[in-house]
Amino acid sequence: MRLPGLTRRPAPRVRGAGLAFLLLLPAALVVFGVVLYPAGRALVISFYDVDSPFPGEYPFRGLANYVDILRSSRFWTAAGHTAYFTVVSTVAELVLGVGLALLLAAPLRFRWLFRAVVILPWALPTIVNGAMWRWILNAEYGVLNALLTQLHLQESYRSWLGTNPFLALNMVIVADVWKNTSLAAFFLLAGLQTIPAEIREAARVDGAGPVRAFLTITLPMLRPTIAVVLVLRTIEAFKVFDIIYVMTGGGPANGTQTVTFLTYLQAFSAQRFSYGAALAYLTVLAILVLAMLYLRLLRQSEMRAI
Amino acid sequence: MSQELSRRTLLRLGAVAGAGVLVGGCDIGGGAKSGEQGSGEGKVTALFMQQAGYSEADIRAMTADFVAAHPKVQVEPTFVAYEALHDKIVAAAPAGTYDVVLIDVIWPAEFGSKKIVTDVTGQFPAAWKTDMLGGALATAEYQSKFYGVPWILDTKYFFYNTEMLGKAGVDAASLSTWDGVLAAAKTLRDKKVIDHPLLWSWKQAEALICDYTQLLGAYGGKFLSDDGKSVAFDTGGGLQALEVMKRTLDEGLSNPNSMESLEDDVRKVFSEGGAAMALNWTFMFAAANDPAQSKVAGKVAAQQTPAGPSGAPGCNGSMALSVTSGSKNQKAAWEYITYLTSAPVQNKYAKSSLPCWAASYSDSQVIATSPQMVAVAKKGLASLIARPQVPRYNEISQILQVEVQKALLGSKTPKQALADAANQARSLLS
Amino acid sequence: MKPSRGYRVLIHAAALVAMVVILAPFLWLAYSSVVGQTDLLSRPMHWWPGRFTLTRYREIFAGQDVSVARQFRSALVNSMLVATGTVAVSLSVGVLGGYALARLRFPLRRTTLLSFLVTYMLPPIALLIPLYLLLSRVHLLDTRIGLVVVYCSLATPFSLWTMSNFFGVLPVDLEEAARVDGCSRLGALVRVILPLSRPGILATALFAFLLCWDEFLYALIFTSTSDSKTIPVAIAEFTGRNAVDFGLIAAAGVLAALPPMFITLVFQRNLVEGLSAGAVKA
Repeated sequence: MRLPGLTRRPAPRVRGAGLAFLLLLPAALVVFGVVLYPAGRALVISFYDVDSPFPGEYPFRGLANYVDILRSSRFWTAAGHTAYFTVVSTVAELVLGVGLALLLAAPLRFRWLFRAVVILPWALPTIVNGAMWRWILNAEYGVLNALLTQLHLQESYRSWLGTNPFLALNMVIVADVWKNTSLAAFFLLAGLQTIPAEIREAARVDGAGPVRAFLTITLPMLRPTIAVVLVLRTIEAFKVFDIIYVMTGGGPANGTQTVTFLTYLQAFSAQRFSYGAALAYLTVLAILVLAMLYLRLLRQSEMRAI
Repeated sequence: MSQELSRRTLLRLGAVAGAGVLVGGCDIGGGAKSGEQGSGEGKVTALFMQQAGYSEADIRAMTADFVAAHPKVQVEPTFVAYEALHDKIVAAAPAGTYDVVLIDVIWPAEFGSKKIVTDVTGQFPAAWKTDMLGGALATAEYQSKFYGVPWILDTKYFFYNTEMLGKAGVDAASLSTWDGVLAAAKTLRDKKVIDHPLLWSWKQAEALICDYTQLLGAYGGKFLSDDGKSVAFDTGGGLQALEVMKRTLDEGLSNPNSMESLEDDVRKVFSEGGAAMALNWTFMFAAANDPAQSKVAGKVAAQQTPAGPSGAPGCNGSMALSVTSGSKNQKAAWEYITYLTSAPVQNKYAKSSLPCWAASYSDSQVIATSPQMVAVAKKGLASLIARPQVPRYNEISQILQVEVQKALLGSKTPKQALADAANQARSLLS
Repeated sequence: MKPSRGYRVLIHAAALVAMVVILAPFLWLAYSSVVGQTDLLSRPMHWWPGRFTLTRYREIFAGQDVSVARQFRSALVNSMLVATGTVAVSLSVGVLGGYALARLRFPLRRTTLLSFLVTYMLPPIALLIPLYLLLSRVHLLDTRIGLVVVYCSLATPFSLWTMSNFFGVLPVDLEEAARVDGCSRLGALVRVILPLSRPGILATALFAFLLCWDEFLYALIFTSTSDSKTIPVAIAEFTGRNAVDFGLIAAAGVLAALPPMFITLVFQRNLVEGLSAGAVKA
């Protein structure tokens, strides 16, 4: 079965540098008008040794901050947590998100209700989400402990966030996945809806079963959206901060300290602004490389999403 | 894709970054440290916290009284959560947004040395140095200079459930030493009055260091050597304190959930009858004795922190009001601070927070707010121990929190953990 | 062609399971907001509470403690206004720019998009202090406009990117047909492309809205009074206070979730319409 335009998106055919400039100018003003100075400032700062919030003369260190970071075991521990958090939460959100998106598009009887329910976690501010999960997981009064104990799945109440660093990290991931899968699902739903019905119709006429139709039609057509969701969630997961701030504060024993949380501690609590800025740019670098890798894996190059 | 991320693309991206550097390279001229005395009139913006101590309503009422007496000054009080206070002060410093800020006892070294708040030693009346309680006075002091005026005075007291103690037949008098406390905890557990008699705030946060400080002091430990140039918590009393903490966990005397508790979690569990004994700030006395939010109301007693071989110093958990360096109205700001910290105002609001002035503790109006607590506080506040007064305290604290937790979780011995902490902290002292 | 019975049972069962997993934590939050403190802290948990109470909601909306009530209400309004403003701005500029990226060939196209995206990859913490100074210089600290300006810079890179992706999958032929019919390029964008990409636009708008509704760190540092404090900041201050019962945070959380849920419910009807519109014409 060959469907024109499915695997290959044509490159833009129309030249229009002048028009493109005009169309992109408002966006550029909105973004770079705000970001260029702070981002540039942070980049400059990352080569100095700035230890107070005031502008002024500070010793130049060149790349020494970056070298220090790459040599610090604390950074690598945090980087490990960030990597684990990013991979596990992004994969979970994507897989569950595709499933939910298919259900959202399916002919359900109570579709409106289902959509309202799926959107709910996304509507809950992260701050509330973190507080909610901390409450559910509370070692003394948490409902999870109550449930598991009364169902005799565990003997007595236990600590989920306090006594086992790895368990705590996984619990933070659970909270993150619960909230952010719904975002993934709705993006993927929007992606599903841009697939022309006649293409799916054509597959049915061809006699493809639902699984084959999904693998040969839906999934390839969803690629641009999957790329969007993957990159979006990866960036967000890399920058994860709020939920850790609320749920664990990086503990126990630094078990949930991620690179951004370390950046926060260094840049703010410790006022090592240069070190913090260098950490931030290393984060950008890592995200950039990852994003490129994803897009390549998804053969997005043919579809020129970037 | 390889041609996508071609060298050219990267070069162009570099060009954009270069533009950023050009823009970012120029300071947009901060009002850095360019504060002014001002005329003593006009607007004062103040930053407070929305937490224990004086409530927002208290502060607004005090401010209204101040403005009534100083019609040419307008004051705008703003409030943030304690967790955001430090970061807010730092972020606002170059812009000079706030004239008056509330600072924690652990910040004068940092804020003073980085010139975020002003040195007010010159304006600090000599009489205050004798009239304020010693512990209070140290709150805003760094290297014999004052960077603010003490305002909220607090330390951790030892709270216990009188009913549980009675059931186990433990004499409350035995709780005046840590040895006595541990023995009492064993009795309480053995007589099955409660599984884990002790509860602490040992979450990875400053709260953990406060608890540790109190034990370190009792066992005669020191954070730093006397010249302040090297660390000293990894031996002697500092090590003993951590070993005691770890032992109470191993023997089941301490609730393991202490590891994820902050002070308010301790308050909650204690109020529910889930703990027999706990360290906590003053606020717990009123809260745990309030029938509306506590099941143990009327059965809660407080006393000075238990003594170790080297006495019973409480962790200084006070806060002070400072004038910022960026303030354009420092004179009026100082007036405002002087008013808020004055004895009459503090006495009037003693119900919310106990005054810093020695004489206040014999003032009938103050005593009437909570006779038992005031009597205990008078003793407790007489001997306080400070956390290290060094500019990079926050970093040292973070290191200690992690290493102490590692010891408590059993992934390192206390000795190893403190040695590792000392190694990391050493370079932060210079 | 009718889906088989087995397939229908399967999707309904799956949807039911998904709903339970999603709803359970939220229901617990809602439950916590309406039962008494003693029930919340009961151990072992008795699942049927002894006392239902609405006092927390009353406290938030008409409480004696003026500061809590007033601050929460103004925070709701602030969040609403800031989010709406941001959606309007970032979506308009995103649609225009996204169209250029998807349909026009011009030098530095990829670099342009990439440099937009890079700004989004920067952790906000690194930008806080210079941004604070910048806002202070133009007197936008502690204002809703200031937050809109900052949030637009966050939301626009993604609205650009997602819009260009959604535009990109639409068949070019349609637009060309419109052009042959005498539409200008922008006319074709408004009349042909926009209606077709409604699902994408709505998803992007929703994303921008919830990004603003959710954002915490900038709001925490850039706001200081009820003139501009947003919902997450107000809630963090609730939580920060000593001696607060969890039920109050739960009530605030439930209230904070309502406006975006309501908006989504309204939007989702359009999402469905968007589907049929796209399906009929494409």
